[in-house]
Amino acid sequence: MSPPNQEEKITADTFLRGLWEENPVFVMLLGMCPVLAVTNSAINALAMGLATTFVLLCSSSLVSLFRKLIPKQVRIATYIVIIATFVTIVDYSIQAISLDLYNALGAFIQLIVVNCIILGRAEAYASKQRLSATIVNGLGMGVGFTIALLCLGSVREILGAGSLFGFPLFAENFQPWVVMILPPGGFFVLGGWLLLFNWYRQYRERKLMEQQGASARGS
Amino acid sequence: MNQTTTPQTQGLVAATPSFAMLRTLGLVAGLSGFLVVLAYQITLPLIEENKRIAIERALFKVIPGAVSRRNFLVTAQGIVPAIDSTGEGTLIYAGYDEQGRLGGVALEAAAQGYQDVIRLLYSFDPACQCIRGIQVLKMAETPGIGDKISKDPVFQENFVELDARLKTDGSALANEIIMVKHATKTEPWQIDAISGATISSRAVARMLNDSAQRMVPKIMADLDRLQDAGGEKQ
Repeated sequence: MSPPNQEEKITADTFLRGLWEENPVFVMLLGMCPVLAVTNSAINALAMGLATTFVLLCSSSLVSLFRKLIPKQVRIATYIVIIATFVTIVDYSIQAISLDLYNALGAFIQLIVVNCIILGRAEAYASKQRLSATIVNGLGMGVGFTIALLCLGSVREILGAGSLFGFPLFAENFQPWVVMILPPGGFFVLGGWLLLFNWYRQYRERKLMEQQGASARGS
Repeated sequence: MNQTTTPQTQGLVAATPSFAMLRTLGLVAGLSGFLVVLAYQITLPLIEENKRIAIERALFKVIPGAVSRRNFLVTAQGIVPAIDSTGEGTLIYAGYDEQGRLGGVALEAAAQGYQDVIRLLYSFDPACQCIRGIQVLKMAETPGIGDKISKDPVFQENFVELDARLKTDGSALANEIIMVKHATKTEPWQIDAISGATISSRAVARMLNDSAQRMVPKIMADLDRLQDAGGEKQ
């Protein structure tokens, strides 16, 4: 982590942090409301992820551009106005692209305004960093969020509806596990993924410790 | 005011100039207003087109053979052509085939389902006085259970020719449209329920009955007006 008020250099880590180390869903557990609500199919998850990424990128860029102009007393109001603008644009765009998708995502498009990943990025990163670093970091966070949503959405769709992106995967006699596309399924699948990620993280740490221990004894 | 303040408060005032706040908020609000209006203007024709396509897709699915449509309003004085979306009355859509013959009338019906209100479009065929197809427009029924009302082929068969004949005096349906338990349908005005989704099935039967009892007498009374409109140039 970079100390506050210090501009960081763009490295691969600026982008990759959002994918793995600080993944908004699996590590920071932010924005759980859309994560659980709209991941009942892979296509909804992808659309939600892309919409959030767009809002995240645009709002972070604007905040970063204006960062020296925004007095700190009105910064939250300014961020929210900026975020709400881009959410409205996304809202209109999705209606123009597909009404079916718009109906499937429902109120959760408008609720991107209060998604804490976006406000969190604006407050913790974009307001302190240069435009280029903000774009790279925001893109990483957005891609990380989209991947996480897809992880949930595809598992839930495969188990709960027997299809992926609407294409049936199994033969006629497949009995879908309906609870997986209902709200409880969201919690089950999220729990499963968190378990997997944390197990892998601990496994890696243990490996690292053993290696260090071995090299310490060897020397 | 700034000139007369002591150095101590000067620091505070300099940190919070109202002008900077007004300038920033004004600038951001102006920019966001511009962007929102721009997005609205660009997407409006596309969104209207999408809505029209969605209605027509549902319409041509429930009225077999229909290629064009006309909107009508059912008012207290009878059926009048709908000029635009304003005006009192219930909007109905008449579908015509290539020769301009009336193929059926599509109506919207709604009733409380298991989770939320179910809205659907159904078509009434004046030739056989029957309901000839339903298309769910909006529902929040349980996936895999209640949402079968839109997909289940056996349930859809109810609406191939669902009897909605009028009494001889034309005031109401001769037989109420009712739901019966799964696989106990004996009369053409009964709807065979989906087993396990009784509430959703009953909602469909109730909304069709309510709507047909109200609308079918009016449609049959003004049928000439609907039929004649098919010959006119759109």
